[in-house]
Amino acid sequence: MMRRFVQSPYAVVLALAIVIAILPLVLPSTFYLRVAALIWIFALAVVGLNLLIGFAGQVSLGHAGFFGIGAYAVAIGPTHLGIPPGLALILGAIAAGVVAFLVGRPILRLRGHYLAVATLGMGLLFAMVFANESAWTGGPDGMPVPRPVLFGWRMSGPWTWYWIAGVTLVIGAWIAANVIASPTGRALRAIHDSETAAQVLGIDVARYKLIAFVLSAVYAAIAGAYLAMFDGLVTPEASGFLRSIEFVTMAVLGGLGSTLGGIVGAALLVLLPQLLTVFHDYEHIALGLVMIVVMIFVPAGIVPSLANLLGWRKS
Amino acid sequence: MTTYMRRSLPRLMAAAAFIVAASAAHADIKIGAVLSVTGPASFLGDPEKKTLEMYVADINAKGGVNGQKINLIIYDDAGNPNQARTFGTRLIEQDGVDALLAGSTTATSMAIIPLAEEAKIPFINFAGAVQAVFPAKPYIFKTPHTDLMACEKIFEDLKKRGLTKIAMISGKDAFGASMQQQCMTVNAKYGIDVLHQETYGPGDTDMTPQLTNIKGTAGIQAVVNPGFGQGPAIVTRNYKQLDIKVPLYQSHGVGSKQFIDLAGAAADGVRLPAAALLVADKLPASDPQKKVVVDYKTTYEKNTGQPVSTFGGHAYDGLMILVDAMKRAKSADKAKVRDAIEATKNFMGTGGVVNMSATDHLGLDLTAFRMLEIKNGDWTLAN
Repeated sequence: MMRRFVQSPYAVVLALAIVIAILPLVLPSTFYLRVAALIWIFALAVVGLNLLIGFAGQVSLGHAGFFGIGAYAVAIGPTHLGIPPGLALILGAIAAGVVAFLVGRPILRLRGHYLAVATLGMGLLFAMVFANESAWTGGPDGMPVPRPVLFGWRMSGPWTWYWIAGVTLVIGAWIAANVIASPTGRALRAIHDSETAAQVLGIDVARYKLIAFVLSAVYAAIAGAYLAMFDGLVTPEASGFLRSIEFVTMAVLGGLGSTLGGIVGAALLVLLPQLLTVFHDYEHIALGLVMIVVMIFVPAGIVPSLANLLGWRKS
Repeated sequence: MTTYMRRSLPRLMAAAAFIVAASAAHADIKIGAVLSVTGPASFLGDPEKKTLEMYVADINAKGGVNGQKINLIIYDDAGNPNQARTFGTRLIEQDGVDALLAGSTTATSMAIIPLAEEAKIPFINFAGAVQAVFPAKPYIFKTPHTDLMACEKIFEDLKKRGLTKIAMISGKDAFGASMQQQCMTVNAKYGIDVLHQETYGPGDTDMTPQLTNIKGTAGIQAVVNPGFGQGPAIVTRNYKQLDIKVPLYQSHGVGSKQFIDLAGAAADGVRLPAAALLVADKLPASDPQKKVVVDYKTTYEKNTGQPVSTFGGHAYDGLMILVDAMKRAKSADKAKVRDAIEATKNFMGTGGVVNMSATDHLGLDLTAFRMLEIKNGDWTLAN
């Protein structure tokens, strides 16, 4: 019974909700709240990306592009177009979904390295647009993001964003768990194992890949919008190539095909730069070392390997 | 009850942490720095970090400020504004700093400004762009010259030489784009007509096509190139190759020896506005700024073994203005130090004479820039 529950994707959602609810009680200062809020925001993007990479087996090196669309939507919408931030966020998520749909149809015909390169190009394209259209985006220095106001309450500060990001992450993880447990999830896993076999079984491969791509883009866009509103500032760096790599690293480090893995990966990459400051000038070497060690000793990622070790998962 | 607990407990803990931090602050003055020591802006952050470390050690060796030692805490944001904000929060909330010397780039400075404003902590940043101090916010100050001033200095020199019709070729990076915009806001004031504009990307390796267009535009009397990094060096070389006769003006963004090395002989005759630091040993002995720039240059080059850059000088000015203000305020009290920084008058820094006021939190005027001309592979004072 216990084992079955632990193996269910909903267990992760429940555990996550409990952790998010309890954490503020033990965090000593708003600095930690900010770090925790950042973890939830990045985890949201990675949970979405995990649907694409971990379950459908399609690599994307351009997800920061969608992250950027969300971030710039909440910056440009209220500043230039007079759209309230909340609506701008929704429009940004829809825009990212539409872009993913349009771009995904031709791009997802490609496989392996070709797909990775195509998504890479797409991500770079967005970063360039954000950096160059300075009349709209403020150029390379970025632009300020107005604070959303809800019923006269100005949404700012780590305390507020901790809860907004935390609750959204729980909802996001719950939706991901639903997708994974549904026929769509099974179809995605079949595609992951073998596209040809999946096709033979009557799975519309292109359609399911597109579903995963669009879903993950929407996750990334919402995360991007949150980060922009939390920081009150957005720069083209939000959609840069390094951000895309960071997302993939978070997913791989934590463990592909595991929602909890994505969250652990995000937590690790957000926390490490803060923890490693004790090494002063050597922090980047230490960061690289941690990643190499994880990849050598737990190649499947932290969470799946741990789960195996504890016998929670049939190998 | 539970919501009350959830809300108040971390605050209580934060308050406790704050009290601990505050009592520790009696012994030391804590100065926090978030700099882009690594990453694309490391050419800014690295000399800033070295300068701060060097001079804080020196101040402490001489007995500190008001009898208190300075505890300098430096974090590296790698040029990432989100990371800068996180470290800024950490300095304010965790480390309980008394003042901030941070922000190597405009973007990272803008990320920290709201934090310092909210926590009411004096914050001197090293951002290039005007928006970092205008409009003036109570706790925010900066030391580097603005790109607007560089434009004005160039236009002033052009006007003096009777050159009024120019072309501009600017980099699309943050620096070039911002300076290009600023130049276009003041050209009319100096009676300068910009007849033609070209741009190039940060990674471009050949600007011949753009310069050919400029060469083909009739009536151009000078060319201005806002940009930094290797772009201006390539522009300068292509300029020579195309044998364009009119004078070429670079910006303060090329204020390092590397530019001359990269551009080679083509750099001869190029003019640029720059801080006196670059020509420290060529200043006449009567120059009031001579002592401070020669001292800084000698100390920096002796300690690091690297040629001095104006960027480290900005950090020097920031630290000295802060320390000077703390001495005048006779404490590290944030509000008093803020008032003292704002009252800074006739402070001689590497960037120029600083005279702050309630509306001017930069305090430099056009005299802070010297018009330099490159001759025989070295900087010289023009005219």
